[in-house]
Amino acid sequence: MASRFVYMDYNATTPLHPEVKAEMVADLEIYANASSMHEAGRRARSRVEKARASVARLVGARDPECLYFTSGGSESNNTVFNTMYDLGRRGTAGGSKPLPERRQKIITTAIEHPCVLNAARRLEDEGFPVVFLGVDGQGRIDLSELERELDPSRSRGGPVLLVSVMAANNEIGTVQDMAAISRLAKAAGAFFHTDATQAVGKIPVDVEAWGADYLTLSCHKIYGPKGIGGLYARKGAPLEPLVRGGHQEKGVRAGTYNSLGIYGFGKAAELALAELPAYAARVGALRERLRSGIVGRVPSVRVNGHPTEVLPNTLNVSFPGAEGEAILLSLDLEGIEVSTGSACASGSLEPSHVLMATGVGPELAHGSIRFSLGRNTTEEEVDYVLEKLPPIIARLRRMSTVPASCQDGAAS
Amino acid sequence: MSDAFEWLYSDVVKEHFTNPKNVFDPDEKFAADAEGIVGNIKCGDQMLFLLKIQDDVITEVRWKTYGCASAIASTSILSEAVKGMGIREAYGIKPAEIAKRLGGLPENKIHCSVLGDKALRAAIDSYLEKRGRAGEFKGEDAVVICTCLNITDKDIEEAVKAGARDWERLQEATKIGTVCGGCKQRAEELLHEFSHIYGD
Repeated sequence: MASRFVYMDYNATTPLHPEVKAEMVADLEIYANASSMHEAGRRARSRVEKARASVARLVGARDPECLYFTSGGSESNNTVFNTMYDLGRRGTAGGSKPLPERRQKIITTAIEHPCVLNAARRLEDEGFPVVFLGVDGQGRIDLSELERELDPSRSRGGPVLLVSVMAANNEIGTVQDMAAISRLAKAAGAFFHTDATQAVGKIPVDVEAWGADYLTLSCHKIYGPKGIGGLYARKGAPLEPLVRGGHQEKGVRAGTYNSLGIYGFGKAAELALAELPAYAARVGALRERLRSGIVGRVPSVRVNGHPTEVLPNTLNVSFPGAEGEAILLSLDLEGIEVSTGSACASGSLEPSHVLMATGVGPELAHGSIRFSLGRNTTEEEVDYVLEKLPPIIARLRRMSTVPASCQDGAAS
Repeated sequence: MSDAFEWLYSDVVKEHFTNPKNVFDPDEKFAADAEGIVGNIKCGDQMLFLLKIQDDVITEVRWKTYGCASAIASTSILSEAVKGMGIREAYGIKPAEIAKRLGGLPENKIHCSVLGDKALRAAIDSYLEKRGRAGEFKGEDAVVICTCLNITDKDIEEAVKAGARDWERLQEATKIGTVCGGCKQRAEELLHEFSHIYGD
């Protein structure tokens, strides 16, 4: 049993911020239904609305009314794609004004989270033209390819209904050019959605500057509780309920308010916004310490993702010759918690779809490790990883049938 | 807290993963009488077996692998098991036996232990071939999958090695499942498994 515990898997989830936890413990006493008309209900409701305002502020939404609470990122993404299903089929959704012309084509990327990929595939199964844009070696989409796919005279599938591109990737941390993508989508008359689950709380997120019609975010990635998330929808953007029932959330999302989750979300959002500048500087410096340390101490490694347009906390490294699951479990025995793009860890035989999309090849994908740092990470923890990692890689490479060479790129 | 929560695999897997036995040391001189390699990097695992054989008995074993924890552990335990064993008996070792010795493996990890016995068999085959005894043990360890036409797992393996990668091509090559069809599920599992091992 390792005596240390070094958590470097913040992109998977985060621990509760102590202030969020303290507030939630106190809020456990509030049991009233936030939809009730009596005083206790009205009190509960006002706390929900306070939280809504905090979350709206975090993503730069001027009008808190545009922010809907959901159970999390997956539900928010599915709500958008479900809305597109109605718009594509009937030209209207959730009682919206009919679209002036028939639009069914969906453009997204090959590196989205599975909930976007699978929601898009479902529309594809229903007959919608769906394009999964590829990415370059650093994980960014090609804007000229997007432009071509948005132009019905230069591509198939007719006028585009939705462009959905994640703000930042969960595995390699690459950040896309939101404003540019949004401009192109808007110019073609398409709706623009972004899954900002990994970006929120790590880089500035601004629905106005990004021109987003829809934006997805999740609470447990920003040191808040699990089971609560948000969907921003620009005023007037169509919304078809995924969960039908009562009139909560203006009829867009039924179900009794998850009050405690919402209070926690509000507090987490408030703190994330306040801490963002310090977070970016501090965590970014730790990531650089880890990156340069690994490159300096472990021969033949490849740093995946974009060198500059990247989340300050995410470092994805391939160790050719050593297999990812074996690296992960070796680190685990030293108390270091990370994740890998190896197929062996997923139970499938396919390695990370994100790394494969960047063209690194199966060997580098199988041998990849994601270190994702967070607000609790310390310099001393980074140094502990830098002490434990090199002998682990050396040991696994020594017993490997595969040479430790980088076929498609030198150490960066 | 029990070890089950502390480690994904059994204690035996953990022990063999952290202290694997008979790993080939790149610096050592090991004059192997036989060598076998299976698997491919695309699927994330590859296995090499080196054997010293005297009078049809395995006297020394070395191995290397590019693979996950259970691949490392299963090969380590297999290498211990076959030391001093006759090559005929070693040829018949089944993945299930290795998994059992490891105190069980998660379902999706069984294929990792499959590679070890495949590499061992490939090494023994190459040894027999070099001595003009090619194919001597072939069929001995076979399990009948299709009872209507008496088609074995070895027949499926050979068909996949020869390039059959889907059900239609496997049927063309072996005629499997063309009578009652009752074997289809198991046969497709094996097709998937062998495609993983021999695929490119």
